[in-house]
Amino acid sequence: MQASKAALITQVLSVIFIAVSLSGCGNEVLPDPAVQAAPAIAAMAADTGGSAKGDFGPPVGEPIKAILTSPPEVPPATLRTKPAKVIVELEVRELEKEISEGVKYTFWTFGGTVPGSFIRVRQGDTVEFHLKNHPDSKMPHNIDLHAVTGPGGGAASSFTAPGHASQFTFKALNAGLYVYHCATAPVGMHVANGMYGLILIEPPEGLAKVDREYYVMQGDYYTVGKYREKGLQSFDMQKAIDENPTYVLFNGSEGALLGDNALKLKVGETVRMFVGNGGPNLVSSFHVIGEIFDKVYTEGGSRYQENVQTTLVPAGGSAIVEYRAEVPGTGVIVDHSIFRAFNKGALGMVKTEGPDNLAVYSGKEVDSVYLGDKAVSALPVTAAAAAAASGTLTLAQQISAGEALYNGTCSVCHQSNGAGLANVFPPLAASDYLNADKNRAIEVVLNGLSGKVMVNAIGYDSMMPPMSQLNDDEVANILSFALNSWGNKGGQVSAAEVAKVRAQTKRPEGAAH
Amino acid sequence: MRMLAQILALVLLPTLAIADAKWVELPSGAFASLLKYPDSQDRLQKVSAFALMNVPVSNAQFLEFVQANPSWQRSNAAWVFAEPAAYLSHWRSDLTLGASVLPQQPVTFVSWFAANAYCQAQGARLPTWNEWEYVSAADQSHADARTNPAWQAEILSWYAKPANTALADVGAKPANYYGVMDLHGLVWEWVSDYSAMLVSSDNREQQDADQQKFCGAGALSIEDKQSYAVMMRVAMLSALEGADSTSSLGFRCARDIPADTTLGNP
Repeated sequence: MQASKAALITQVLSVIFIAVSLSGCGNEVLPDPAVQAAPAIAAMAADTGGSAKGDFGPPVGEPIKAILTSPPEVPPATLRTKPAKVIVELEVRELEKEISEGVKYTFWTFGGTVPGSFIRVRQGDTVEFHLKNHPDSKMPHNIDLHAVTGPGGGAASSFTAPGHASQFTFKALNAGLYVYHCATAPVGMHVANGMYGLILIEPPEGLAKVDREYYVMQGDYYTVGKYREKGLQSFDMQKAIDENPTYVLFNGSEGALLGDNALKLKVGETVRMFVGNGGPNLVSSFHVIGEIFDKVYTEGGSRYQENVQTTLVPAGGSAIVEYRAEVPGTGVIVDHSIFRAFNKGALGMVKTEGPDNLAVYSGKEVDSVYLGDKAVSALPVTAAAAAAASGTLTLAQQISAGEALYNGTCSVCHQSNGAGLANVFPPLAASDYLNADKNRAIEVVLNGLSGKVMVNAIGYDSMMPPMSQLNDDEVANILSFALNSWGNKGGQVSAAEVAKVRAQTKRPEGAAH
Repeated sequence: MRMLAQILALVLLPTLAIADAKWVELPSGAFASLLKYPDSQDRLQKVSAFALMNVPVSNAQFLEFVQANPSWQRSNAAWVFAEPAAYLSHWRSDLTLGASVLPQQPVTFVSWFAANAYCQAQGARLPTWNEWEYVSAADQSHADARTNPAWQAEILSWYAKPANTALADVGAKPANYYGVMDLHGLVWEWVSDYSAMLVSSDNREQQDADQQKFCGAGALSIEDKQSYAVMMRVAMLSALEGADSTSSLGFRCARDIPADTTLGNP
């Protein structure tokens, strides 16, 4: 870090020096050197030097065996300050695994998992790569690591028949997060069967410390059977060519990041996700519902964008996303090409535990009925309230106010014609249940009703919530309206009667419609 | 005791020997190879009449061969011709198959050199890739079924399964149009010119392949990209060295038919 800062200062100074010397040796009018240097500084700051500055010399010390992890785990930071020789041993397995509940698929894997084992080395490291193809394999395989500078990314040097092993060596010259994949013909099929993973080349100073790191990789899958069709499914070549996947998944199966497998996080922690996309075909619109990425190292490169909602992850590409968890709850990982999420399986979860932070997110505060153009003028209600206060309330005013309130509160279930919904919501029109007992009607409105009731000789077994948001006047008006509508027997309910029932019955605590 | 067992085995083994291989005569013809050869304008490849074993060579047949040719027994074979750790590694010993290896299963874990020697011992040779591709294009009722998606899918379903289950006996499935069995769905098969028809080991160098591997360059240009089955055969063969052997790689033999005679089954 120190070294790179010093280098930057040197570069900045030299820019200023050049600018100054230019302005000093000619007659042209040049702009103020400071003004001219500013963009040049920005341009230099954006340049890490790439592969030209990625060779830190021969490896130092004993060779190190790389720690490989299965998704969603990520190996620990290398914490090295000098280039090392790192030995990576990756085994190819062809395995039957569950792609969705009750659905099997033969995956071809790097390390027994989809995506394959996560590899982590440091820029400048010399990587001695051993690719082993298990004797039970039927296919030859190889590996193309996008982190390799050289023809085929290592593919030709790692072409390996079943029951054999290959070795090649490369120097990791560019920092970044890179995809690796099998490149044996037919390449598309090897990739579609799960042969991809990620290799992280840490920059020399390492990555900033975060609380948690996870490994998430998307892929698309093509089966002969439909989505979630049970049994062993085989690869569908035509669907793959048509780019019409049956499944789009994170970490190789529908449940890989759901339920107990959800990624875990605590409020206040910062998480870094190494996100890859194996394809073979689709580009991912990577998004976590309920979160904003504080930083996204777009395409797995060296620079970050801030405050990003959704980031594109190309097929055969990556992104590093980071965010701080501010509130508890479940974040849902999706490909925001959203039918993939809900109809092809591209769903995962991040479960964040910890105390609520209501100042940041309140939870649901209001759930009110919204009627749009069904809303009726509140005028009669206001008029009735005023009349009630002055003691001049008439039945006509009550019915008029009751109708407005009914349409606002009750008609959603009981319908505006009072007919209810067959077998679900009992009718209020010509209702023997309503007409039979005024006080029972008041009690139902105040306290709700659940369980079996017979209305007009038809049984209902639903749940009506207590209308605890209504005051006595409003309940009286609604019931007066109902009793005088739709062929009911007529009559009137007063606020006093409602108050009496309210005082005599107990309402469920905290209930609100 | 062990010696006695060996003597018994040697005495008994010939009785296990199965009938001689059945040879199927293939008519001469031209067919559209899925490989594009740089030296041919169209893809039509001419194939002279030849004879091909109707099934792959079985363990029992190969056992007879190594009995007669001790230099090809597991512990005697030269390592340059047969990988020591793999060659016939599934057999119990040099001359015993063992309980889990059935006589009628196709022999696997054989190197190209061993397969070649076997065929020579029968007065035959390994088929060429062209011959193999020509015969394998047929399904039960058509000489060329390669455009039939159902047939393609059936072939692919075998490729999609790992090689960790027991192999079926040879000849268990119906014969194809020509009367040849097990070209698909049982084992990979060596061909005589496997190393010449090499696909480049990185199968994406479409245009710029090493010109020295001219045949490889041809193989890279697979004409019909949907013919994954053929592509996988090519990829598999090109991954191998002549001394290599795998659990799902076997072979069968072919022989020429002199132009003026016909060859009947014995």
